[in-house]
Amino acid sequence: MSAEAHDSTHYIKHHLQNLAYGKLPAGYVREDGQALTQDTWTIAHTAKEAKDMGFLAFHIDSLGFSVGLMLALMILFRSVATRISTGVPSGMQNFVEMIIEFVDGAVRGSFTSRNNLVAPLALTIFLWVFCMNLMDLLPIDWLPGLATMLGVPFLKVVPSTDPNVTFGMSLSVFALVLYYSVKMKGAGGFFSELAFQPFPKYMFPVNLLLEGVGLIAKPISLALRLFGNMYAGEMIFILIALMFSGGVALAVFGGVLQWAWAVFHILVITLQAFIFMTLTIVYLDMAHQEHH
Amino acid sequence: MNINMTLIGQSITFFIFVWFCMKFVWPPIVSALETRRKQIADGLAAADRGRHELELAARRASENLHEAKQKAAEIIAQAEKRAIQLVEEAKGAAKEEGDRLIVAAQAEIEQESHRAREALRAEVAALVVAGAGRVLRREVNPQAHADLLEAIKNEL
Repeated sequence: MSAEAHDSTHYIKHHLQNLAYGKLPAGYVREDGQALTQDTWTIAHTAKEAKDMGFLAFHIDSLGFSVGLMLALMILFRSVATRISTGVPSGMQNFVEMIIEFVDGAVRGSFTSRNNLVAPLALTIFLWVFCMNLMDLLPIDWLPGLATMLGVPFLKVVPSTDPNVTFGMSLSVFALVLYYSVKMKGAGGFFSELAFQPFPKYMFPVNLLLEGVGLIAKPISLALRLFGNMYAGEMIFILIALMFSGGVALAVFGGVLQWAWAVFHILVITLQAFIFMTLTIVYLDMAHQEHH
Repeated sequence: MNINMTLIGQSITFFIFVWFCMKFVWPPIVSALETRRKQIADGLAAADRGRHELELAARRASENLHEAKQKAAEIIAQAEKRAIQLVEEAKGAAKEEGDRLIVAAQAEIEQESHRAREALRAEVAALVVAGAGRVLRREVNPQAHADLLEAIKNEL
């Protein structure tokens, strides 16, 4: 029983560990007992090694899957854009136009100023978040199982369950929000927006605190919402997958559960992509608006 | 769950993708959509215009037809009136001609009868003279009694 529990724990932990490529310092004792003679860039073989790499590490799986998927999508969209016809659209062009019009409608609905960056930005976010989330629908052992066979120690397939990825996007959006806030309102205008409302001017420390928290909450909530949803979804898939080793009855029940959860997840992944896109548009709209 | 340089990598690729979208994906597709929207709008407007023109043409055609019918009826009426007039005129002319012929004939008849009467009178006078001459043989000299004979002739 304890061995089985240990197996389960190991299975879950293994699924939640990214494939990290990073720098281990000289003198570090690796899991096979050997000490490193010099600083080494290498692939982490254990979760502890990945943790000990600190900030100087890349998650090869997160970056690989997210960039790879988006690159494929971008090539597809670019190929449609180069041979687009204004006549009767067909096939892939229809599909691409549908997405473009959907995003365009969302931007027109929420963004009141003029900025040529926002619509492509929204499109990028929607497509990227969606295709990263889509990896969640692959049966969770396929790609990691294949990777194990090929001798790769870890593989986490869904990039949006990596907080690096979601924060990478939300902080980029936050940078744009700050940039356009300052550009549109001036540094003074932006500061007065933070300091001189909602209460009168003499209470500016309170205002600053309130508005500052509100400002910081934007990127954090954006990233954590996506991360939390996808991480929890992935976790449920892992727990359901554990049932497959618990006898025929449990395995069948697990199969049904997995199917049901996957169907539900089709909604979740689309919704999360849409929310991330819409909130980005709204934040940028607020950055463009004069409050007074 | 470790925060590391993946964050920065993701941010950089994010901006690259946004730039790519903004430069190479969004503008051509959106402008194509706009062009098509305009084409469709123009097509619909043209169809509307066509329908309107068709309606106008139909109305004009029916108006023309109506006018033509009216004109034809007018012409027919005029022709009928003219025909009646012609007949009347012909009747009048014929009657006049007949009257004229009758008058001429009567005049001729009168002349003829006058002439006949003259001839007759002359002949009767001659006969009377001849008769009287036979009766009077001696006493009557046609030359001496010419004025008498003439008076008798006029009385016949």
